[in-house]
Amino acid sequence: MTPITPYHYLVLSAALFMLGVIGVMTRRNIIIIFMSIELMLNAVNINLAAFSQQLHNAVGQVFAIFVVAVAAAEAAIGLGIILAFYRNKETLNIDEMNILRW
Amino acid sequence: MFESILFYTLAAFILGFGVLVVTARNTVHCVVFLVANFLCVAMIYVMLGAEFLAIIQVLVYAGGIVVLYLFVVMLVNLKRGPDAAPDRRRQSRVGFVLAAVMLAEISAILVYSAARPASAVAAAAATPLQTVGNTEVVGMLLYTDYLIPFEVASMLLLVAMIGAILLAKKEI
Repeated sequence: MTPITPYHYLVLSAALFMLGVIGVMTRRNIIIIFMSIELMLNAVNINLAAFSQQLHNAVGQVFAIFVVAVAAAEAAIGLGIILAFYRNKETLNIDEMNILRW
Repeated sequence: MFESILFYTLAAFILGFGVLVVTARNTVHCVVFLVANFLCVAMIYVMLGAEFLAIIQVLVYAGGIVVLYLFVVMLVNLKRGPDAAPDRRRQSRVGFVLAAVMLAEISAILVYSAARPASAVAAAAATPLQTVGNTEVVGMLLYTDYLIPFEVASMLLLVAMIGAILLAKKEI
């Protein structure tokens, strides 16, 4: 068996990112779309950690922590918007969320 | 050998739980699969020598963000699923095509960069990192070189907190 190289981690991260893209593109429930975005952010973090290990430089991990902080902020604001929207229109379907569409 | 077994097992779990998150009908099941996915990713971080990041992943993602998701899923408790739209099939096809194009793009980048020699990478890999623990290294970087981004991130979290409270209030 070949040793695990950063390319293995890159392929894993690319596959996880693709799963997130498929989720965002195919699902209509906005909560599941948000979860798919979290999957994509996780894929990015795996990438950063893999390069951090290969280059023996902890800056990648620092940036991964920033990504986690931004993901937390995004989740709080996004779920607040979802709740406010649900109170008004009683739906979570993004096809019905078109009141800002021109 | 052991590392390979661990990596492939974790990768299979991560991708399997990812597929379940994207495909599960019940939103609560999706959230549970998301927790499992995050925990497996945390184990990948431990394999990569990023212990602090792994702990942050478990505490912030699996402990904080997912609980927030669960609260919202329980609060909006839908009778009929939103995925029953009539032209769902067509949108799925477009989504899969877009994802396949993106996957082809990323693998092209991977193949292209794998074909080139990485001399700078090998030179940079000579310096040792783990003279002290991983957490100390990350903390030193956060509070010296990346102090201003750190403060900006804390300000972002404060603004997000106030914004979330305002958004979730009945009337402002």
